[in-house]
Amino acid sequence: MNAVISAPASFFLDKMATPVVSASGPPATPAPAPVAAPASASASVPAPTPAPAAAAVPAAAPAASSDPAAAAATTAAPGQTPASAQAPAQTPAPALPGPALPGPFPGGRVVRLHPVILASIVDSYERRNEGAARVIGTLLGTVDKHSVEVTNCFSVPHNESEDEVAVDMEFAKNMYELHKKVSPNELILGWYATGHDITEHSVLIHEYYSREAPNPIHLTVDTSLQNGRMSIKAYVSTLMGVPGRTMGVMFTPLTVKYAYYDTERIGVDLIMKTCFSPNRVIGLSSDLQQVGGASARIQDALSTVLQYAEDVLSGKVSADNTVGRFLMSLVNQVPKIVPDDFETMLNSNINDLLMVTYLANLTQSQIALNEKLVNL
Amino acid sequence: MEMMWSLRHVNIDHLHVGWYQSTYYGSFVTRALLDSQFSYQHAIEESVVLIYDPIKTAQGSLSLKAYRLTPKLMEVCKEKDFSPEALKKANITFEYMFEEVPIVIKNSHLINVLMWELEKKSAVADKHELLSLASSNHLGKNLQLLMDRVDEMSQDIVKYNTYMRNTSKQQQQKHQYQQRRQQENMQRQSRGEPPLPEEDLSKLFKPPQPPARMDLLLIAGQINTYCQNIKEFTAQNLGKLFMAQALQEYNN
Repeated sequence: MNAVISAPASFFLDKMATPVVSASGPPATPAPAPVAAPASASASVPAPTPAPAAAAVPAAAPAASSDPAAAAATTAAPGQTPASAQAPAQTPAPALPGPALPGPFPGGRVVRLHPVILASIVDSYERRNEGAARVIGTLLGTVDKHSVEVTNCFSVPHNESEDEVAVDMEFAKNMYELHKKVSPNELILGWYATGHDITEHSVLIHEYYSREAPNPIHLTVDTSLQNGRMSIKAYVSTLMGVPGRTMGVMFTPLTVKYAYYDTERIGVDLIMKTCFSPNRVIGLSSDLQQVGGASARIQDALSTVLQYAEDVLSGKVSADNTVGRFLMSLVNQVPKIVPDDFETMLNSNINDLLMVTYLANLTQSQIALNEKLVNL
Repeated sequence: MEMMWSLRHVNIDHLHVGWYQSTYYGSFVTRALLDSQFSYQHAIEESVVLIYDPIKTAQGSLSLKAYRLTPKLMEVCKEKDFSPEALKKANITFEYMFEEVPIVIKNSHLINVLMWELEKKSAVADKHELLSLASSNHLGKNLQLLMDRVDEMSQDIVKYNTYMRNTSKQQQQKHQYQQRRQQENMQRQSRGEPPLPEEDLSKLFKPPQPPARMDLLLIAGQINTYCQNIKEFTAQNLGKLFMAQALQEYNN
C-alpha cells in the first residue's frame, strides 16, 4: 500500500520557472546582496522587517529565489551557504511531537555517523530492484545537545519516475516499530539517499520526513562515484524566500564526523583488510598473527616518524616545534628500568603465564579422563 | 515474522541461516543455547550460531566464532533422551558436541570503496589495545570463571561417584536377598511347606537415580572453551613480553 507523495513536483517547478525568466534581468553584482537578503528575510519572518531589508527584498526576490533554487537543485554552492547558515535562519518549525532539535543552526553543526550506516546503505544499494536509480531509507539515532548521532538505518522501498515519487510509508512505519522494540532509544532522525545530486523529489521526501521528526537530516552517499570518490554529505533543510510569498527550501550542508564504539573500530579495521586481498576475502586471524599485525602497524608508524626526523635533519622539511615535543615525549615513554629489575619482572610474568597454560592443559586432560571413566 | 517479510520487500536476504548471541568472557555452552540451536538446526539444515565476545574484542581483535551441533548430538537431541545410557550409546565426548565453522568475510567492490573513504576521513586514532601488556585482570576473570565451572564439575563427579557406589551396593543387596530367598526356599522345601513366591526384586530395591549426564557434558564443553581461550591469551601475552624484552635489551 503506497502512500503517494506526488502532486507538487509542479509546485516546485513553478517556483523555478518564474525566477528563471527574470534571472537574466538583474545583473550579477546584486547577487551578493540578495544572498544576504534572503538570510535576513527568513530571519525576519517572525520579527518585524527592518526597513532597508524590506526595500531590498522585493527587487531582489526574483534573483534571490533563482540562485538558491538552483542551488537546491544541485548540491548547495559553498559560497552562498555559509552566509545563510550563519545568519540565524529560523526554520519556523511547526509544533511537532517528539524531541526538538535545537532550533538555530550555527554553522558547524555536527552529524556523527557510525560506519555501520554507510555499510548498510551501500548494501541496500547493491540489492536494489532492477531499474531503480537510487535507494532511500530512514536514519535512526539519538539527539544530543550539540550533535546528532546516527546509529542505525533501514531502507524503504520507493518508486521514482519523471514527475512522481511514491514511498511506501506503511513499510517505513512498520520497520520503525520493529526497530523500536529492540532499541527503544532510537528516534527517526532523517533519511538517506544514494546518488550524486539532490533532486526535486528529495524535497518532497524531505517534507514527508519533517512530519516524522523535527528538522530531519538528509544524508547522501554518492554511489555513482563521481569525481572518483564516494562522497558522503549531510544536509538540513532551511527555508528561504520572500516572507509572505511561497517559501522555497534549501539544503544546507552539515559537517559529518565519524563516531565509533571501541569494538566497532576494531571490527571496521578488520573489514578494511579486504581492500588488500585479491578476491576480497579474508578469514579471521589467529592469536599470534594478530599480535604480529599490530606490531607491524606500529613499525610502519615508527618508520614514518623516522622519515620525518631525517627529512628535518637534512633540511628538506622545516622543523615544527610541536611535532618535536611529541617526538620527545614518545622517546621518553620507553621506561628506563635497571636491567636486573626488568629481568625479574619479565621472568615472573613469564612464569605466571606458563603456569596458567600448564593449569589449563591439566584441566583439559582431567575432563577428558573423566569422560572416559564415566563412559565405562 | 513481520521483519522477515519487510526485509524481503527490500531484497535483503531473508532466509534464516541462524542466529547470533553475545557472550560474557566466553561462557556460552548452556542448555538454552543447545535447545535454541537444535530447534534452528532441525528446521534448517545449515544454521549456525554466531558467538560474539565483546570483551575479547575490546582486547584488540574481533572475536567471532560460528558453531553448529554435530550430527551425533542432533540425533540425541531429536530423541529428547538425555539419560546416561543413551548418551553412552551415542558415544559423545565433550569435544564432539559443537563443530566450529570457519568464518570468512567477503566484501563487494563498492564496500571496498567505502572502506577507503572511511580510512581517509575517520580521524579516530588506531586502537593499540592489542599491544597493551597490562591485561592481567582479564586473565584473572577468566580463571575465576574456570574455577567456578570446575567446582560445579567436581560436585557433579561426586554425585556420580555416590551413584556408582549406591548401584554397586544395591547390586550386592539384591544378590544377598536372592541368596537368602533361595536358602529359605530350600529349607521350606525340606520342611514340606510351599515355597515363598519370588518377589519382584525391582520393587523392593528401587534403583537409585542416575545423575543427569547432559549437564556434565555441557560443563565439560564449557571448561574446554575456557581453557582454549586462556591458552590463546597466554600465547599472545608471551609474545608481547618477549617483544618488550627485545626493546629493553636494545635500550641498554
